Amino acid sequence: MAVLSSGRPLVLRVPGVMTTEVGSETDVKKEPEKVPEVQQHTEQPDKPADSTASASSDPPQEESRSAEAGSDQEATASPEPSSPPAAGGQKKDKGISRFLPPWLKRQKSQSQDKPGESAAPPKQESEEVVKEDQEETSQPKEQEEDGGGAEHSEEVKEAREEVQPEEKEKDEEKSIGSADTQPVREEKEGESEVKESDEKEENEEEKKEEEEKEEQQVVQQEASVPSTLKLNKKMKMVVCHVTLLDGSQFSCEVEKRAKGQYLFFQVCDHLNLLEKDYFGLSFKDNAEQRCWLDPTKEIKRQTRNSQWQFSFSVKFYPPDPSQLTEDITRYLLCLQLRQDIASGRLPCSFVTHALLGSYTLQAELGDHDPEEHRLDYISDFQFAPNQTKELEEKVVELHKSHRGMTPAQADAQFLENAKKLSMYGVDLHHAKDSEGVDIMLGVCANGLLIYKDRLRINRFAWPKILKISYKRSNFYIKIRPGEAEQFESTVGFKLPNHKAAKRVWKVCVEHHTFFRLVSPEQPTKTKFLTLGSKFRYSGRTQAQTRQASSLIDRPAPYFQRTSSKRISRSLDGAPVVNVSDYSQAAGAGENGPALELNSDSKSPQVEVVEKPNADAATSIASETAFETDDASERKVPQKSPPHPGTDSRDASQSTEVKPEVNGQPEVVEVVEETVVIEEVVKAKPKSPVPEASFTIETEVKEERSLSSDSESEEEAEYHAQPPSTSVSVQQIKEEPEEEQEAVLTQQAPPPAIESQPSAEAAEPEPAAEEEKAAQPREEEHTDEPPLTPDEAPNGHAPQHQAPPTPQTAAAEEEEPLIVNGSASRLETDHLPQVICCSEPPVVKTEMVTISDTFAAQKTEISTKEVPIVHTETKTITYEAAQLDGNGDGEPGVLMTAQTITSESLCTTTTTHITKTLKGGLSETRIEKRIVITGDSDIDHDQALAQAIKEAKEQHPDMSVTRVVVHKETELAEDDD
Amino acid sequence: MAGLMSGFGCFTHAVMRAAPRSLARDALRSGGQEVDLLKVQEEHEEYASVLKHRLGLEVLELPADEAMPDCVFVEDAAVVCGDTALVSRPGAPSRRRETEAMKSALTELGLNVVEMTDESATLEGGDVLFTGREFFVGLSKRTNQRGAEILADTFKDYAVSTVPVQGALHLKSFCSMAGPGLIAIGSSEAAQKALKIMQQMSDHKYDKLTLPDDSAANCIYMNLPGKGDVLLHCTPEEFPESAKVFEKLKDHMLIPVTNQEKAKVDGGLTCCSVLINKKKNI
Repeated sequence: MAVLSSGRPLVLRVPGVMTTEVGSETDVKKEPEKVPEVQQHTEQPDKPADSTASASSDPPQEESRSAEAGSDQEATASPEPSSPPAAGGQKKDKGISRFLPPWLKRQKSQSQDKPGESAAPPKQESEEVVKEDQEETSQPKEQEEDGGGAEHSEEVKEAREEVQPEEKEKDEEKSIGSADTQPVREEKEGESEVKESDEKEENEEEKKEEEEKEEQQVVQQEASVPSTLKLNKKMKMVVCHVTLLDGSQFSCEVEKRAKGQYLFFQVCDHLNLLEKDYFGLSFKDNAEQRCWLDPTKEIKRQTRNSQWQFSFSVKFYPPDPSQLTEDITRYLLCLQLRQDIASGRLPCSFVTHALLGSYTLQAELGDHDPEEHRLDYISDFQFAPNQTKELEEKVVELHKSHRGMTPAQADAQFLENAKKLSMYGVDLHHAKDSEGVDIMLGVCANGLLIYKDRLRINRFAWPKILKISYKRSNFYIKIRPGEAEQFESTVGFKLPNHKAAKRVWKVCVEHHTFFRLVSPEQPTKTKFLTLGSKFRYSGRTQAQTRQASSLIDRPAPYFQRTSSKRISRSLDGAPVVNVSDYSQAAGAGENGPALELNSDSKSPQVEVVEKPNADAATSIASETAFETDDASERKVPQKSPPHPGTDSRDASQSTEVKPEVNGQPEVVEVVEETVVIEEVVKAKPKSPVPEASFTIETEVKEERSLSSDSESEEEAEYHAQPPSTSVSVQQIKEEPEEEQEAVLTQQAPPPAIESQPSAEAAEPEPAAEEEKAAQPREEEHTDEPPLTPDEAPNGHAPQHQAPPTPQTAAAEEEEPLIVNGSASRLETDHLPQVICCSEPPVVKTEMVTISDTFAAQKTEISTKEVPIVHTETKTITYEAAQLDGNGDGEPGVLMTAQTITSESLCTTTTTHITKTLKGGLSETRIEKRIVITGDSDIDHDQALAQAIKEAKEQHPDMSVTRVVVHKETELAEDDD
Repeated sequence: MAGLMSGFGCFTHAVMRAAPRSLARDALRSGGQEVDLLKVQEEHEEYASVLKHRLGLEVLELPADEAMPDCVFVEDAAVVCGDTALVSRPGAPSRRRETEAMKSALTELGLNVVEMTDESATLEGGDVLFTGREFFVGLSKRTNQRGAEILADTFKDYAVSTVPVQGALHLKSFCSMAGPGLIAIGSSEAAQKALKIMQQMSDHKYDKLTLPDDSAANCIYMNLPGKGDVLLHCTPEEFPESAKVFEKLKDHMLIPVTNQEKAKVDGGLTCCSVLINKKKNI
């Protein structure tokens, strides 16, 4: 039983103090809760002036404009975290709504209704599709029904409801932190960015105004709302131009507030396409990077392109095109691949170019006709990036051999060969490794591929990936331990900028969901952190779309192939294909920051902590506008680097101002989204299909942190576990800030550091967790009052800015990160792996990476087995002069916690990062607690030395100010 | 007419090269063992005979060059896949010139010849494992990253993954293809580690045939018309335990080929020929 019983706990605190100047803005607030309020508020202000509207902080969709202003205000408000929790926000909202003039409300409803109506026509055309879409995306439906404002409010309510249970445990602080804090941060970021960028004067004005408003976060958020209202009032129709795969243009009018899916359905209807789930609409952002139009969000919030120019293209390349139901779908896929090949995006050999080209000719022109088809007949076709006469001759030669093949057969043959190409369906993104070497991240149906030049240097299949996250310009994947490994590892990559990191993250989340899961996560399930925008893939998965396709019962639709069009166009002189549209999404041009590859053994904690600080500046500097989605996306206009001294956080938090189409500046709130997708894998797959067993829950949190320096940027995590895998839970999280997550955990059980992020789990298992927690707690309590054991997710760096007070800290901790608790659950759940991050949907659990050295020695300890021990306590404290007041008295936010268990030893590392604002200076304090428990004798001196060494290595910029060694020796009782 | 990536193991031609007398004394070797030139030549003739007479391949035998003691191991001089041949740049300086004769031979055979001209690149064919769906390139003392990159540029259709090679001369010193989707792999730690990496890097599933002896894992698979699956593998005299493993492959035409003497200079079965499929695939 008691594995721990004989162990001697060693507690090390290594506090590090970093001082950075930070703006007055400190707290992270959850926007989502406030959002509804904000909207309402905004409505009023809108009429008078846009500026007021700018203040709005949250509603992701609406907020972008207002976000900037709101952020500032929120930031100011945030310092007083405890007071303005979500609850307050709700109240305000309600209050505001009451006061809203009826006509304002009407406007909202109208605006909302219109999109819905617009959506309706496509529905009629393709009823099946529409229905499915609706079902799939519950959010959109709600939104449509309620109207924009209503949507937010509903979401918020849900979020609140979800949160509340957790909050109860976590206390009010949590709620505040989770909901309010995040939004605030985002807003701040947006402001800072906007300021720097100066792109839009209006935005700046708004910001200023917002700043003035700083005192009340809630108020600010409300103020921000008006901006949306303004838009609604205008209710304009916008002409969208869509470049189709055959190069032709499709134009249609959409209501200005229409969501992406409306336009997408219009296009699909135009194409007579039923198997539309493989496709999407993309547009170019300000940085000329390709972005996917989120169907569930308003178009205008996503695109800054005043011309509303989109491209219809394949988003998910079916690994086996022969399983597509309709020829028209295959035809469209062929068109996409022809472009991919011609543009060089899909590399292939000479022979392959020739073969695929010959099938293209057969499909487009039919049998080779010696009389009609001379060599020049193929001059209109581009078979390769560099097409030679030799190639054309080869193509013709092969074309002759396809005699008798129907167009559909030729397309099928084309696809059968194209799908074998190694880069088929691989979405490449530029990145850098730890040494600053350029690499490429390739997202595909099977997982994530890493390329250096043209060489594949690593591959992470979806089943190997536990979590996907991004923070600032860093993109992280947490890897399931291999057979010989006991612990997870986290691998980090440096993307050119924050936006690029988020783009990769989103693509990964979408691909994982589409190809790996049976069904997307249900929005309704996500209750905990539902504030703000949630990003997740809302469409059908491949499994679903296949099922739906099997029901297609219509005669094969007639469709016109490009050849005829080509001819007509060629006569007109119009280009057949827009190659430019297919430029790779990856921002080649952008500077890629150094990539960090973490070895398997490395501990995530370290990375997380360090990264925020270091990266903040860079990430901030690089920014371009993000897509503003409801809450999830931030638009970041180019912003000058944050002011080093004052607003390091703000800058990092990249809030962006988007120029609107109309020329109205949009302040895009940088909303940090946390999406937790948990896939519960049961040892025994319920359904024959492994995927069936997964339960996916998604949580999205928006956090706005005003004060936090490095962490300001969005972070997102996505946890995915393969069905087959023993691991029970997959989480997909987007967390703008890790800190917030940590906060959540802490909030619920402030006293018990280790307490689980129960809220998400809905049913945390207190007993088990507590048991585990018990040891650490005891130690912590006894030795170190200041330390609250928090289990923070790896990647997230907590930010406590303004209010060092415990309440604030709690608020910041929106998302529960459970290291210890999670582990305990896993064990209880019969999870095979020693260390598991089991996270309930709501709770974000981050697995702490355990260094290899640790791993070897550690043994699994089940919670149940934790014995009650009588202990002798011995405490040794080394304290540097600096330590002082900052740390101990102030509440901390749990950033990360690591639990390593091995047979003989149990080591728990808890990293506590506290940021405080004092007199314009922000201090970052990192407290690391390492608990070593084991039966065997441990060389404590060595362990201590190792711990200090590691701490220094991990945080070279920080100094070790105090080391506390606490020894407990069991007197020897065995329970159980 | 199969499309891409079909016909794995289909060969019509083989390029070989006679063993020079200098092999006995000057050929590179890791063991330092004495080599009996006569035995080498006997083995070589047996090898060529199997290809020619037993399997019906058209064998093009290049003359030996006394200035190139390792020239018998033609595999390292070129990588042929489909109708494209990459003439390599061997990592051992003494072997660089071996590629000249190979280049002309491949050109003569009508292949699309690509030369590795980058002087920072090294690659030896023994480090290149082609599975039918993708390439694995061992990064060894003889092959570097740049060489692998050039190979990737040459064979664009295929994924090219790199595999660190430790404790062996070449990647194929302990592995090879024993069938479609079947990797023969040695039992050593280095071999197993490499296999693990390959499995991780691949989108495809491979079966493995584990052999007690690393050297025995170097075998030659072919799929020939009228003969089906053909496997040239070690003899029971050399590796009795491994030979038993091969003998369990009931569906293969199993042809033990002696390689005892050439093994003393680190030569495996695959080293002595470059196999080519001149049947038009497309």
